[in-house]
Amino acid sequence: MSERITGAEALVRGLVAEGVDVIFGYPGGVVLPIYDAIYDAEDLRHILVRHEQGAVHAADGYARVTGRPGVALVTSGPGATNTVTGIANAYMDSIPLVVITGQVATSVIGTDAFQESDITGITLPITKHNYLIKNATEVPEVLKEAFHIATTGRPGPVLIDMPVDVSKGEVDFVYPTSVNLPGYKPTYRGHAKQIKQAANLIAKARKPLLYVGGGVLASNASQEIKELAELMQLPVTSTLMGKGAFPEDHHLAIGMPGMHGAKYTNYSITETDLLIGVGVRFDDRVTGKLAAFASKAKVIHIDIDPAEIGKNKPVDVPIVGDAKNVVAALVAELRKTGAEPRTDAWMRAIDDWRNRFPLHYHKESATIMPQRVVERIDELTAGRETIICTEVGQNQMWAMQFHKALEPRSWVSSGGLGTMGFGFPAAIGAQAGRPDALVIDIAGDGSFQMVSQELATAKIHNLPVKVVILNNGFLGMVRQWQELFYGKRYSESVLPQDCPDFVKLAEAYGCFGVRATKPEEVDQALEAAFAFDGPAIVDCRVEAEECVFPMVAPGGSIDEMLGGIPGCPVSEMLDDELLEEVWE
Amino acid sequence: MQHTLSVLVENKPGVLTRVTSLFSRRGFNIDSLAVGVTEDPTLSRITMVVSAAETPLEQITKQLHKLVNVIKIQDLDPAEMVYRELVLIKVNAPPERRHEVIEVTNVFRAKIIDVGKNSLTIEATGTVEKLAAMEDLLRAYGIKELARTGRIALARGSRES
Repeated sequence: MSERITGAEALVRGLVAEGVDVIFGYPGGVVLPIYDAIYDAEDLRHILVRHEQGAVHAADGYARVTGRPGVALVTSGPGATNTVTGIANAYMDSIPLVVITGQVATSVIGTDAFQESDITGITLPITKHNYLIKNATEVPEVLKEAFHIATTGRPGPVLIDMPVDVSKGEVDFVYPTSVNLPGYKPTYRGHAKQIKQAANLIAKARKPLLYVGGGVLASNASQEIKELAELMQLPVTSTLMGKGAFPEDHHLAIGMPGMHGAKYTNYSITETDLLIGVGVRFDDRVTGKLAAFASKAKVIHIDIDPAEIGKNKPVDVPIVGDAKNVVAALVAELRKTGAEPRTDAWMRAIDDWRNRFPLHYHKESATIMPQRVVERIDELTAGRETIICTEVGQNQMWAMQFHKALEPRSWVSSGGLGTMGFGFPAAIGAQAGRPDALVIDIAGDGSFQMVSQELATAKIHNLPVKVVILNNGFLGMVRQWQELFYGKRYSESVLPQDCPDFVKLAEAYGCFGVRATKPEEVDQALEAAFAFDGPAIVDCRVEAEECVFPMVAPGGSIDEMLGGIPGCPVSEMLDDELLEEVWE
Repeated sequence: MQHTLSVLVENKPGVLTRVTSLFSRRGFNIDSLAVGVTEDPTLSRITMVVSAAETPLEQITKQLHKLVNVIKIQDLDPAEMVYRELVLIKVNAPPERRHEVIEVTNVFRAKIIDVGKNSLTIEATGTVEKLAAMEDLLRAYGIKELARTGRIALARGSRES
């Protein structure tokens, strides 16, 4: 049974068939047929952004907190090129998106027509796959494939370029139930022999460490990770992308690894004898100097993308498969063999580091400390369904260090690409996907100004996100690097703290704005914003020249950290007695 | 080390760009490239010669596998493959020296496919070494133009590629 409809109608029907309830977009010339079809689509909520980059980031935020693919729709030419940063961001972080761009008519493609850009060419290296549709009859099949590719295997963004004559053309609409992709067959089940070998190593290890990343969230494997960690009493370090995959109030949670990881986290990696990476990619911000990263350890690496295994770090037991399946199989194997935890002394050694070298900051300061703001956000939202989004830079690192994520998909942050201006539109998307959650964007004054026009989107679509700006009047992380590595020559990193006036800016958009300039004003400001029924900005005037510490110098070994408690080599940090117990 | 990659892909627009741009993006140089449709019109075979060490080659092969339109990749074993390249050479051949050029052509079992007033165009197939040797000899007469296909290859005998 089929019905003859236009390509544009087929697209909208296909979106509904895929279960899409919200799309983020911005209209323009060649997508008018699609927007006309959307006009009648009652099951599809369209959120009109103020810049196409915001649409893709919002779709990205939506995908991260719901686990469903995010969808963005934009016009050709500048509309399409404005999506590039958002697509690159989603690609680096393996977020499932379907981005639909309008294109000039097939008859004029290649003639430098008005608002023409070769967006499939431009996005070739930053999409998992992309399509240029040439005929309306292809629309159902391409849409089906796009969603399949975006959401299966290692997820990622897929772009569909839709010329205007394709939108206007006709198709006998039947939405396919399956795809035919002979070259695309992700591996979901781990190799049984490899799993046995991994279980064997885990059973024998005295100082094992679970290193979990975004792949655990992508495969919804948090429960399995918790079972594995608790069964064998394995300490767990979550990367920036894996934050929330394992509850951070758990005694086995030992924080984020890498450049701004806590000393105890990085020492644990340096000392571990078995590193179990799950859904991670040994990113340079995590590993620092590769040769020194977990150099005493055997490495088990579980990932659905074979190309990630052995890419940066040689692996002893590679397991290609979906984290959920593989970790469940590992747990089953360990139970079957009756393996018992042996990490008592190891956990005591880590706890000893944790007590001696905690994350810390100047708590008695007369100015507002940014770390304190993050801690107060956690305390004031305790018990509420809360999603924390971040921008990029110091705000992100302090949020990473001091916010404790307790649930999967409650943390939204740009990892691989490090996109300033991501957090606020992503928060808007997150709020659209999870209307009941309290969505907070921990922002910097620099990042927020890249996307502040989306205040209109939040206001008009009644998406009550709260933006907490850690306003230090600097591009803080740039300033920090200039302080540490460029002799305090603050070249072009100064942003006047009172320009713009963020409270007035909020008010200009009909949102709520409040300012805190002293530590004792922070709670009241946060509470007022959280209680407000609508979008709000909290302008926190924080300590201007605070640095994020500890810090591993770029390219340095992760156990050699600047700042905080004066650094010394890891060997001197170790309690000899404890270590002997561990080694024995 | 030189590797001959035989890559089976879907015969669709843009697939070659996806493959070659992946190589340039990841810092690989392609020494030679030949593409054509296979016995199945929905599939094309891309034969590439690349110079790379084992580890980076493994990485690029894995990345190549991730392209949705790539169906199969083989790193052909030099001892277990047959390979050829075709070259067309237009060489100066004034009447008084023409017989010499014809002699060289015969020695290499090449063919003369066009005769001009002062030139001959030669078609030759073979291994890179053989074609290089012939080119070297012909250079003495003055090569006016030259075009080559790049290597095509298949695994030997019962091995399938």
